[in-house]
Amino acid sequence: MSGSWTGKVRRATLEKYQPEDLLPEEQPAYVASWIYIFGVATIAALVMLIASGLVLTLQGPSWWHTSSVGHYVNSVHLWSVELFFIFMVVHLWGKFWMAAWRGRRLATWITGVIAFMASIITAFTGYLIQTNFDSQWIASEAKDGFNSIGVGAFFNALNTGQAILLHVSLLPLALGIIVVWHIILVRKKGVVPPIDNDATIEGGS
Amino acid sequence: MSQVLKVDPSKKWTGPTRPYDLVKEIVIAVVVIGLLAMGLAGLFSSPDEKALTLKSWVAAAPADFAQVATGELAGTTGSAGYGAPYNSAAKGQHFGIIQLQDWAGVRIPINPANSFVVEPLLISNDPSAIAAVQTWQAASADQQSKWAKSYEDALTKAGDKSSLADPADAFGPVPAMIDGLSTMAASGALDGALLTSDTNLPTNFTKPMLFLADSDGYFGELATKQHLGGDQWGVMNETGSWPGQSWLWLFSFWYQIDPFKSSENADTIIMLMMGVLTLGLMFVPLLPVIRRIPYKIPVHRLIWRSWYRSQ
Repeated sequence: MSGSWTGKVRRATLEKYQPEDLLPEEQPAYVASWIYIFGVATIAALVMLIASGLVLTLQGPSWWHTSSVGHYVNSVHLWSVELFFIFMVVHLWGKFWMAAWRGRRLATWITGVIAFMASIITAFTGYLIQTNFDSQWIASEAKDGFNSIGVGAFFNALNTGQAILLHVSLLPLALGIIVVWHIILVRKKGVVPPIDNDATIEGGS
Repeated sequence: MSQVLKVDPSKKWTGPTRPYDLVKEIVIAVVVIGLLAMGLAGLFSSPDEKALTLKSWVAAAPADFAQVATGELAGTTGSAGYGAPYNSAAKGQHFGIIQLQDWAGVRIPINPANSFVVEPLLISNDPSAIAAVQTWQAASADQQSKWAKSYEDALTKAGDKSSLADPADAFGPVPAMIDGLSTMAASGALDGALLTSDTNLPTNFTKPMLFLADSDGYFGELATKQHLGGDQWGVMNETGSWPGQSWLWLFSFWYQIDPFKSSENADTIIMLMMGVLTLGLMFVPLLPVIRRIPYKIPVHRLIWRSWYRSQ
């Protein structure tokens, strides 16, 4: 076995996953419930968020105030984020009631919660960069929250430029990485079996 | 019911399977959710309440503008007594001995009297305002404070007036400074002066926004009318009737109840508490009582009802 860095990376990534696990054509028979829709619906809403967000970046943060097309794209972005969170929260509750962390799926649960938190922060910076009255008020109130725990000294809610750059670069990148990581874990571990089929039910983890 | 199949959930499933098309599912989901989002956008649009400027503030509420500007000179506004990260006027919020705000230090230094009033007037083209500033700068800090507080009290008593005469010679150069600043704001020059005080092509609105945020009487009231106040669940609201950040409901909830809503350190306490709750959510699978709830309340019987029926 080669000790090269390339070999180590290959063994830690590609060789750990089977193609049929990552892109499956069959699932356990119990994967037949309305709740499974919300995971993929969350991803679909995220796709719409990214697509509408990318269109908004083309003409700058003030475009949507002066263009009916821009306003419509902004509306698509807004409703996509509302749908995104509705789906994500239902997905999260569903996974809680399924105790979906069973069978060494703790990392899957944790990456899901981190994705939820990263989504909240990313959405928040989106509200900060609306460049309208709402964003002014949110920024003026939020600064007190951030300042109260020392974060405001580094992330200034009143600095629109900082919020814009975070919203369109670092935060979506971080969120994207976490979401991909979460999905890979779901695919690698498989969908958790029903609770009553759990031979290790007393352990529950 | 027949014998239930018992499996180790950490092992790969070897029981019955069903056909599944991951890519098709994702494509259909994107199309359906995309149409839904575009439909909702077409039906309900999105809110866009115009941003305020210092110019629009002084035009709509000149007395409030004069009151706040005088408060900046007197050191009585929220910004003037804020503390870190803007100045050292206060220790800021804390939780017991934990003083995160103060510990982070003054990293965005702002002296409201100088930044919002004195410095902009010095670059104005109003000779009487500049002369008033020079008188102000030549006076002692104690004298400056007496002038500004006297004028602030007089404006408060007068109610809706943005400028007062000084028959008793108690206000010094302050009325001329405030009149000059109001004129500068009305022309739009003050917006530009505060924005460009640090750099010529700014994207940082800290100075004009801090100044505006000191206005409870105008900015705060407009927000209250839009149900955006902290005690109105404003953290999760949006202007008009549009949905806002409803996912912040728990964060917003604490601001509605005592002891949080009446605490001077509410922000620190709630932010730290939400941090702990977030960690709790993250480690639900390890929390002894919480992780047993899905077993005790069998919602999973509903989720997997078709599977259980087939068993």
